[in-house]
Amino acid sequence: MAIPFAYNVRNVMQRPVATLTTAIGVALTIAVLLAAFALAEGFRSTLSSTGSDANVLILRDGADSEVTSGLSLEMASILSAHPNVALAASGRPLASFEMVTTINLPRVGQKGASNIKVRGLSMDDIGMRITPKIVEGRTFTPGTDEIIVGDRIAPRFAHCRVGDEIKLQKRPFKVVGRFTTEGSSFESEIWGDARALAPVFHREGGYQIGVLRMKDPSAFEAMKKEWEADPRLGIHAERERVFYESQSAGTTGLIRGLGIFITAIMAIGALFGAANTMFAAVANRGREIATLLVLGFSPIAVMTSFVVESTIVALIGGVFGCLIALPINGITTSTTNFQSFSEVAFQFRVTPQLLVTALVFSAVLGALGGLFPAVRAANQPLARGLRGG
Amino acid sequence: MAWVEVREVHKQYQREKQAITVLDGLSLQIEEGEFVALMGPSGSGKTTLLNLIGGIDSPTSGDISVAGTNIARLSGAELARWRSNTIGYIFQLYNLMPVLTALQNVELPLLLHKMNGAERRKRATFALELVGLGDRLGHYPRQLSGGQEQRVAIARALVSDPKVLLADEPTGDLDRKSGEEVLQLLERLNTEFKKTIVMVTHDPHAAERAHRLVHLDKGVLSA
Ligand SMILES: Nc1ncnc2c1ncn2[C@@H]1O[C@H](COP(=O)(O)OP(=O)(O)O)[C@@H](O)[C@H]1O
Ligand SMILES: [Mg+2]
Repeated sequence: MAIPFAYNVRNVMQRPVATLTTAIGVALTIAVLLAAFALAEGFRSTLSSTGSDANVLILRDGADSEVTSGLSLEMASILSAHPNVALAASGRPLASFEMVTTINLPRVGQKGASNIKVRGLSMDDIGMRITPKIVEGRTFTPGTDEIIVGDRIAPRFAHCRVGDEIKLQKRPFKVVGRFTTEGSSFESEIWGDARALAPVFHREGGYQIGVLRMKDPSAFEAMKKEWEADPRLGIHAERERVFYESQSAGTTGLIRGLGIFITAIMAIGALFGAANTMFAAVANRGREIATLLVLGFSPIAVMTSFVVESTIVALIGGVFGCLIALPINGITTSTTNFQSFSEVAFQFRVTPQLLVTALVFSAVLGALGGLFPAVRAANQPLARGLRGG
Repeated sequence: MAWVEVREVHKQYQREKQAITVLDGLSLQIEEGEFVALMGPSGSGKTTLLNLIGGIDSPTSGDISVAGTNIARLSGAELARWRSNTIGYIFQLYNLMPVLTALQNVELPLLLHKMNGAERRKRATFALELVGLGDRLGHYPRQLSGGQEQRVAIARALVSDPKVLLADEPTGDLDRKSGEEVLQLLERLNTEFKKTIVMVTHDPHAAERAHRLVHLDKGVLSA
């Protein structure tokens, strides 16, 4: 039978300073871990919310981002004619062929500039992907030099406010609206009519990407195979959501990797902190521990008890760490997406799973830190322990 | 065979490569229900002998059997189980858990026996009432006097109904009056509850309570 839990809880409370010092070490580690993972999670979820599983996204074979892709007008019509492409009530295929490029814009209130994605499209067609919500101003008038700016970049880059003018390849475009798309990465883009934008960027002869709605999304694999084997096309097809999610993989991995690296260094510190506290506790309670063993508690029970005690301290730290990190939830930040070399803004996302993971991690830290002191406690020679202080 | 049988026991400690002999071929027999006082100068090996009888330490050679079990060759885990069923130990410095209440301290050894919480509480409460502390169940050790602490420790030692009570200078840290109360309690446990008791003491007055006096000097018994 185990040594009662209350014994450990009260011992932890009995030494508030040592408990707090150890807990703070764990708390900081956990906070850093959470921040890094909330960053990665926010980035990933922004990109994965950018697409739908019912849509297929087409890139030129070999292109790994929208910007570097290219599709001809002929390819667009072959793709649109596929029997698995859904049709609108009017009979037109549900497909959006878009021009995608980047421009470099200076940041507001911060040094430097960043690449911003510019998407030329037709409002009628983009509707099958997503309908932007205009939160200020109005949408662009087709065929004119008007653009609308995503909500995530409007306040953060120069010339992006409604009423401003942006020079695209020296030609002025008027910002007439600001839009949101339910948190997807489109909110970090500038949109305008493809017919007005394409000539400016010398892209009249085709598009960068195409997105088509499938009649039967489960037939995707067959459709992909057929298209990718077609010598007239030379394209690569992916489910829209999968594509955008995969666009986040490199950056997400980098953020996570960096987070894990920093967390690991801090965790080693926290681990030694926990071990130190527990070694001191074991040393101070030598006679008490010997008495427990004399009463007949097994070395395993004593060891478990001290591991539990260390875990309690670390969990207190873990909870603190979560409380420290929680306020970053929802804070907007941005980074360059290394796949597309354009700026993507997103929010830190501290998800419940992340909190659970963090708490489990803090418990593991505590258990590991307490292990060696606990082994020492359990294996002390009884007769000597009883004589000691 | 006697209730406690110590036969030709040697105990040596290794100190910096040098073996020091603490018990040198010691034999001792204690009958069931006896109250034995163990006296002797400091360092003569009293605690060592008590620890051997209590299965806290093992002899270098020789045999020890208590209530029919030869414990000289038991493993650590076997000894631990055996102790929880057989021995009640009373220490000079009480050795209560400071963070547990009197009741929780007395319940502690019962956690090693199959028993539900209510039964445990009932027995521990009874043991504390027996030592005259029925009104101190929720007190922590630091809220008790030394004499009261030692009585809680006695309650803890007897709560699992051990076959032998071992007390190592139980009054050594107490004033005369508290010491007297503790001795009366031990005497009562012996006469009323027929507990076999082995008590180490320096105090001749305390030793008078026992049925038998055993003197230990330089690792052997003297008359
Ligand atoms: N664990 C140990 N290691 C080395 N020497 C010990 C140990 N325990 C006791 N001794 C030595 O054994 C001798 C007897 O000790 P002890 O049994 O405590 O005597 P007493 O209780 O009669 O004062 C002492 O000299 C003591 O220093
Ligand atoms: Mg002694």
